Amino acid sequence: MSKISVSNLDFYYGKAQALHAISLEIPQNEVVAFIGPSGCGKSTFLRTLNRMNDTIPGTRVEGEVLIDGNDINEQKTDVVALRRKVGMVFQKSNPFPKSIFDNVSYGIQINQIHKGKADLQGRVEKALRNAALWDEVKDRLNTSAFGLSGGQQQRLCIARALAVEPEIVLMDEPASALDPAATQKIEELVVELKRDYTIIIVTHNMQQAARVSDRTAFFMLGKLVEYNRTDKMFTNPDEKLTEDYITGRFG
Amino acid sequence: MEHRIIDQQLDVLRDKVLLLGGATEEALHRAMRSLVERDSKLARQVLDDDKIIDQMEIGIDRMSAEILALQQPAAHDLRLVISVAKITPVLERIADHAGNIAEAALIINDGPQVKPIADLSIMADNASEMLKQALDAFMEEDTEASRKIIRQDKIIDDAYRRAFGELIGIIINDPTTTTSAAQLLFVAKHLERIGDYVKDMCELTVYLTEAAFIKHSRADF
Repeated sequence: MSKISVSNLDFYYGKAQALHAISLEIPQNEVVAFIGPSGCGKSTFLRTLNRMNDTIPGTRVEGEVLIDGNDINEQKTDVVALRRKVGMVFQKSNPFPKSIFDNVSYGIQINQIHKGKADLQGRVEKALRNAALWDEVKDRLNTSAFGLSGGQQQRLCIARALAVEPEIVLMDEPASALDPAATQKIEELVVELKRDYTIIIVTHNMQQAARVSDRTAFFMLGKLVEYNRTDKMFTNPDEKLTEDYITGRFG
Repeated sequence: MEHRIIDQQLDVLRDKVLLLGGATEEALHRAMRSLVERDSKLARQVLDDDKIIDQMEIGIDRMSAEILALQQPAAHDLRLVISVAKITPVLERIADHAGNIAEAALIINDGPQVKPIADLSIMADNASEMLKQALDAFMEEDTEASRKIIRQDKIIDDAYRRAFGELIGIIINDPTTTTSAAQLLFVAKHLERIGDYVKDMCELTVYLTEAAFIKHSRADF
């Protein structure tokens, strides 16, 4: 069974339809990249996977998003629990104005996942290790998160997302504001993390999609044009439109 | 459709392959002529010109690497650069075989004339024609033609077996012809190898166009 199964998903901002009949299956422990020109709906679609669009007034979703077989848009869905299970990392790193430790421990504490102080510390360390940040920050956990570099801040946000033990991590252009070295670290991390998580990454960087993902979905004008294995997509896509996009003939 | 920087570079790359292909065709044509017409001067010219072909190969290799590194091509663009990078050494090797035929001609032309071997002519004509057609098919991305050319290689292989038998017979019947006939055996082998290389080129055209690997597949390609 797929980790995520989407069928016939339509999405509306008011009367404007932003997604048209999207259907795709995302297997567990794979990295899936969403690519497409600006405004194609890839970020909107990403946000339908943990109902982040609920925070935008006037939006409406039709169709089905199943995670582990459960329809996340059902009324009975606990949205807080859903977002714990489906974590998110944004384009711009957004640490809280707090210490490095507090940034990571915050989610654990409000969700009351830990059992005592030692357990909390253990969980923070594990999250920072999983985000490949521990060695760089272990001696300054109580200093402000704003003292970290851009790349470190982004990995801190990944650690924060991982701390609440999600099963799926959504990443919306996580490396677009980072330099090549920091980008490489994020990419290595993504590949590393798929052992334990299912990862969906929105990126404008085609080579990044090619480097890190197992499958790639190409969106255009709110439609899913092609969803294929990444190696196939970048050497011999099925759709002419995909070929034109990935070879820079438009967009 | 927007104009892309890579388009211009891919056009230049194609042109370079076309020039290398033309030089290779010419080398084969002249090598065979030097043999048939006993023209040692022409044979030496083929050997001299091989250096130019080597330089052409290096130029294409360099440009292919540059496009890969700087333009990061995908899909058909990527397959084109890969195909060019693989077809270039094939052409260079065909030119090497032409050079080897010219070397054989230099030896044969110094000895007594051996009677014409009809199958050798069949091999040479087919090898030249197949090479020309394979280059055209590559440029036009014509997979139908490529598949047809691959099948034609059998004509060369069959002619090779007959020529081999005939030349061995000549040596047995008249040992004084051994040097020349042995060289003609080498010529036959070079032509047979050229046929194989042309097949490789055609397989690359199919890869370029259809992204299908037909190399090492026996039938139904």
